[in-house]
Amino acid sequence: MTTPQDAMTGVLGRLTQLTQRTQSGRAAARPRTRTAAAAAVVAVFALIPLASLVVPWVLPGPVDVLNSAGTLDVLGLCFVFAGVALGYDVLFGFTGMLSFGQVLYFAIGAYGLDITLSVWNWPLLPAIVVTLAAGLVMALLLGAISLRGTGIAFAMVTLAFAQVGYYLIEDNPHNLTGGDTGLVMSAARLPAQLVGVASTRNLYWLALAFLTVVYAVVWLVTGSSTGRVWLAIRESERRAEVLGFRPLPFKLASFTLSSLITTAGGMVYLLLVGTASPDAVASTTVTISILVMVVLGGAGTRWGAVAGAMVYVYLQQYLLKIAAEPSFGALPAVVRVPLSQPSFLLGAIFILFILFAPGGIAGLASRVAARVTVTRSRRPPADPEGELVE
Amino acid sequence: MSTFIAITISGLALGAVYFLIASGLSLIYGLMDVLNFAHGVFLTLGAYAGWAVAAHLPRLGFAGVVVAAAAAGAAVAAATEVLLIRPLYGRPISQILVTIGLDLALVGLLEGGFGSDSLSIAVPAWLASVTAIGGERIPNGDFLALGAGLAVLGALAWFLRRTRYGMIIRAGAENRDMVRALGIDVGRAFTVVFAVGGAAAGLAGLLNSVVFSGALVNPTQGDQLLIFAFIVVVIGGLGSIIGSAIAAVLVGLIQVYVTFYAGTGAGLAQLGNVSVVLVLAVVLLVRPRGLLGRAA
Repeated sequence: MTTPQDAMTGVLGRLTQLTQRTQSGRAAARPRTRTAAAAAVVAVFALIPLASLVVPWVLPGPVDVLNSAGTLDVLGLCFVFAGVALGYDVLFGFTGMLSFGQVLYFAIGAYGLDITLSVWNWPLLPAIVVTLAAGLVMALLLGAISLRGTGIAFAMVTLAFAQVGYYLIEDNPHNLTGGDTGLVMSAARLPAQLVGVASTRNLYWLALAFLTVVYAVVWLVTGSSTGRVWLAIRESERRAEVLGFRPLPFKLASFTLSSLITTAGGMVYLLLVGTASPDAVASTTVTISILVMVVLGGAGTRWGAVAGAMVYVYLQQYLLKIAAEPSFGALPAVVRVPLSQPSFLLGAIFILFILFAPGGIAGLASRVAARVTVTRSRRPPADPEGELVE
Repeated sequence: MSTFIAITISGLALGAVYFLIASGLSLIYGLMDVLNFAHGVFLTLGAYAGWAVAAHLPRLGFAGVVVAAAAAGAAVAAATEVLLIRPLYGRPISQILVTIGLDLALVGLLEGGFGSDSLSIAVPAWLASVTAIGGERIPNGDFLALGAGLAVLGALAWFLRRTRYGMIIRAGAENRDMVRALGIDVGRAFTVVFAVGGAAAGLAGLLNSVVFSGALVNPTQGDQLLIFAFIVVVIGGLGSIIGSAIAAVLVGLIQVYVTFYAGTGAGLAQLGNVSVVLVLAVVLLVRPRGLLGRAA
């Protein structure tokens, strides 16, 4: 089925009508307010490293000061995973494709930058460019292969490719990856701003900048005509096809953008954490975490994915801190053992969300908002039930 | 030549363990369209139940260990279906997601309760020794795994062909709505399928520990195995028990042969695992619904 350009634009009007109900009506109506709100949020976060406020109880770091290194490190990690979750949301939430291999591109980003910098001793800029190019080529190549399957078959092939990546990294060919223990990043070729005492706040800003850019890109793309076709494919691939769109190029575009964002996220992660290890950046548990973040926040919404990732990473670190408190050890074992395991609590929270609030945090928020302002009609984010399983 | 026989038997034994896992996954998917990620933790729980009986009730013997593993898998699986899967009927993606959450939560709970280090299961002496066949010493564990695989294959075939629930399950996999329209309670068949799959998984988790992991159990071992079980199910064709059996033997043999003959040189140690994934990619490209899968 061929699609001439004019037929495509002609059909777009109908398609816009078709997908309008899934779009947030407010985004189209008042883009300026949204931009201002987003800019305000970024500004507040950007000021945190300068604010030496004492905040008791809620901070994840060992010191109760807002701009302490421990807290900034955790927030930086939150931003990285928020960007990565947004990338996954493009694929899963906006296009309706369930991938279990997202971690492969995270690993390409982290290990690609690590190997070029630390093993081959390249300068930073070419290292970044080559790593991104590697992510792009792999995404196009593996995307073209795995998109031959749909639904569960697609999910399984992506999982399989990611496993091959994991095995190769574990195998440590030519002593490139450091095998099981991982590869520590060499700081020799990094600019002075990213090394040493002052680096904590610079890396924090770098992570925030990464998230801001990713958010802007995802906002633009999902709001474009391509983004509307993605939504149409998510709702019903067959219907989109009948309307004259070949799904494959659109799905490949979604897969590639998603993978590229994840590769970039892997690079920022490496700069932040300073080491790449198979379990932290290449194992399937990372893919599962990203999926959980997106669903927890609300698949198919941008700020939902960001919120989900922030909450997930923050809780993971914060709960560990709580479990290490001396008073915590005095609790009876029946209470202490489950509460000391972040993955148990996050898994349980995730199950509760799936059962009782399938729209995630964003869905809960819009339910509350709908109650507050009854006159303004707002749609909850879509339940990620596409035609994945027929 | 005799080495070849030994590693072939080892590959078949590995295939038998894969089959035990894949048969449950495949049954569940075939009837309910649920890809059960919690199957990994069912395996692990089976192994831990076996460990608990071996450690605290040694007078029950190894038979007690085996029964405990299967019973634990069946009980947890049935509870999962009733409490988590049932409220989400008609929402297949949420059903997959909820099994992911369950896996996360239960693995965390096991790590909290037993620590993330491995525990050792006490096994009887006969299981730890070998039998000489044609001059080659074959571990008795291999025969145990093979026997268990064949027994479960036979039992499943009998169950699906000869019992009332088996017939409901087969009919439900063909056309769920029609079965419902005939006034048959498919919901109970869903629970039965989960329990049967869970029992096989618990058994597989125990066998994997005592035969292939030096009698050790740890909280994440099930998730490692689960990925290969997924590969087996997809190669065999989602929903087909015979397909799973063929694919399980295929994957087990490939893994063992490649790992043995490629050696453990640099970049080669994982070649067995990698080649299994490549086989999956080829099968999906040539025949997207797997060897014996039903048409999409």
